[in-house]
Amino acid sequence: MGSNSLHVLKGINFDVKEGELVSIMGSSGSGKSTLLNILGMLDEADEGSYVLDNVPIKNLNEKVAAKYRNEFLGFIFQSFNLINYKTAVDNVALPMYYKGMSRKERVEKAHHYLEKVGLADWSHHLPSELSGGQKQRVAIARALASEPKVLLADEPTGALDSKTSYEVMDLIQGINDEGKTILVVTHEDDIAQMTKRIVNLKDGIIIDDSLVEQVRAQQYV
Amino acid sequence: MFNKDRWNEILEALNANKVRTFLTAFGVFWGITILVLLLALTNGLRNGVTADFGNFATNSMFMWTRGTSKPYKGLPKSRFFRYKTDDVAALREEFPELKYISPRNQLGGFQGANNVIRGTKTGAFEIYGDYPEFIKQKPMDILEGRFLSYSDINAKRKVCVIGPDVVAGLYDKNEEVIGSHIKINGVNFMVIGTFKMSNSQGDSEEEANTIFIPFTTFSLAFNYGDRVSWFALTAHDNFPITSVKERIFNLMRTRHTVHPEDERAIGHFDLSEEFGRINGLFDILSIVGYFVGILILASGVIGINNIMLIVVKERTKEIGVRRALGATPWAIKGQILQESLILTILSGMVGVAFAAFVIWGMNSILDSVGPVDNFANPSVSMQVVFVALTILILAGVLAGLIPANRATKMKPVDALRIE
Repeated sequence: MGSNSLHVLKGINFDVKEGELVSIMGSSGSGKSTLLNILGMLDEADEGSYVLDNVPIKNLNEKVAAKYRNEFLGFIFQSFNLINYKTAVDNVALPMYYKGMSRKERVEKAHHYLEKVGLADWSHHLPSELSGGQKQRVAIARALASEPKVLLADEPTGALDSKTSYEVMDLIQGINDEGKTILVVTHEDDIAQMTKRIVNLKDGIIIDDSLVEQVRAQQYV
Repeated sequence: MFNKDRWNEILEALNANKVRTFLTAFGVFWGITILVLLLALTNGLRNGVTADFGNFATNSMFMWTRGTSKPYKGLPKSRFFRYKTDDVAALREEFPELKYISPRNQLGGFQGANNVIRGTKTGAFEIYGDYPEFIKQKPMDILEGRFLSYSDINAKRKVCVIGPDVVAGLYDKNEEVIGSHIKINGVNFMVIGTFKMSNSQGDSEEEANTIFIPFTTFSLAFNYGDRVSWFALTAHDNFPITSVKERIFNLMRTRHTVHPEDERAIGHFDLSEEFGRINGLFDILSIVGYFVGILILASGVIGINNIMLIVVKERTKEIGVRRALGATPWAIKGQILQESLILTILSGMVGVAFAAFVIWGMNSILDSVGPVDNFANPSVSMQVVFVALTILILAGVLAGLIPANRATKMKPVDALRIE
């Protein structure tokens, strides 16, 4: 880590309402990942405020941040970030483990969410035995498992071919239809078009923020 | 902290890389094995050497007389004096600390002339005049008949208890020994018992050539009058003989008109002091054993520390993911600590078990080849096992501490970025 400070975000001001499906776009270096990390409480902004579900998120120590992340947020990563020595069901159950849920309840719920992403039959497979699309679906199930208020997806389709990408987007749209708030960072235009609102970042400021007509991924699957 | 889920988490993590887990565990396994074996061997040496004390009650001393080195009350120096039988009563009265007071006399000795005759057979044996308590100071196994008793003492019976070589020298095989008579220095004695020194090493030949007769009979039969050649004194367990002995010497000096500062006049051998010295030596050896063992164990622990550091580094991303999913720093730290603890304790327990197995093997070999000089019954006490266990737990925590801190030092966002 260099000691030089770099201002990545230079004045971001936006609100996301409950049930929205927002994509954050921008070329690399535009600050979209930094924004997502701040929203995900993995990183903290030097200035400004962040209010999530009427809870001001500030002065986080790691313990509190961990609790908030567990309660409020679900993460979907570009590289899936499944734990490779755990089976699909155990991966999905992990956030609930940190919540302190009993094992029986955890496994039950994990199965429920795996079923939801269509992988009920794969629950006892290790990540290495799954395809990329399947892995991302396990990751989505994991993100949903802690019943978060917001799902944060960092390039969820970045490592997938377009057919699988659309399948994943179809899943994300389905989850959004059920009322979950979702933020997707992407640099792919077709993926962004599948959300309901596109926020365009450039050099740390929002250059465009507009609602779009959602393209359903269903038709490509 | 020690719930079932955590256990599963840890077992999964340890199982994820079996070879490495095994190799890491081996360092600690080896360290604890060597620690326990060293202590067991030290113990074996200690047992072997203390067996040379012939089982004599250790809180004892022998006391005899020598020529005086100082003139006193008109008496010249280089004067010889002897203990008398009434010293026994005086000792008993003055020193309630003493458990056994055995006045002793002896005939014959090292390469002495033949002094015992039975029929056509003769032999040179050591003849001791003793009190019945002597068997409590020097344990021996009575093979047949009985040892001396107080009624023998009081009636001054001419009876004797003889050692195995006496039996072998004077009797034919299968001949009845008890009730037969032998002639010691021309006086007939009836054999009332045979003995074998229990657990003796070194002096067994001499001991086997021994004949015990009642002290009073000895004095009468061999013209010793009220003479006592030397004393074997044993104190009660809570009074170390070493702390009592100076007062005993002073009493003897007063009773026999010896200069109070005449150190030479009373000779003694303090068994307890010698025993203490030998024990001290082995205590030091034990400490060396601990020292070396713990150092070797330490290298094993450093191994675990090292591997845990690597594990933490390798799993940086996993740790980042876990934290993104809501793991608190303590959950992560606890897991790393517990992993290192389990690894240490598990491999340590296997090490203790293995060492116990080796010790068992050594013991059974010793049993089959018979006694070896200066080495007997290598073993460790449960206390040592608990000490080893405590060391292991401490070591496990120490080994995990640095890696655990390292694991949570990085911000989750940076940890996630690592490929």
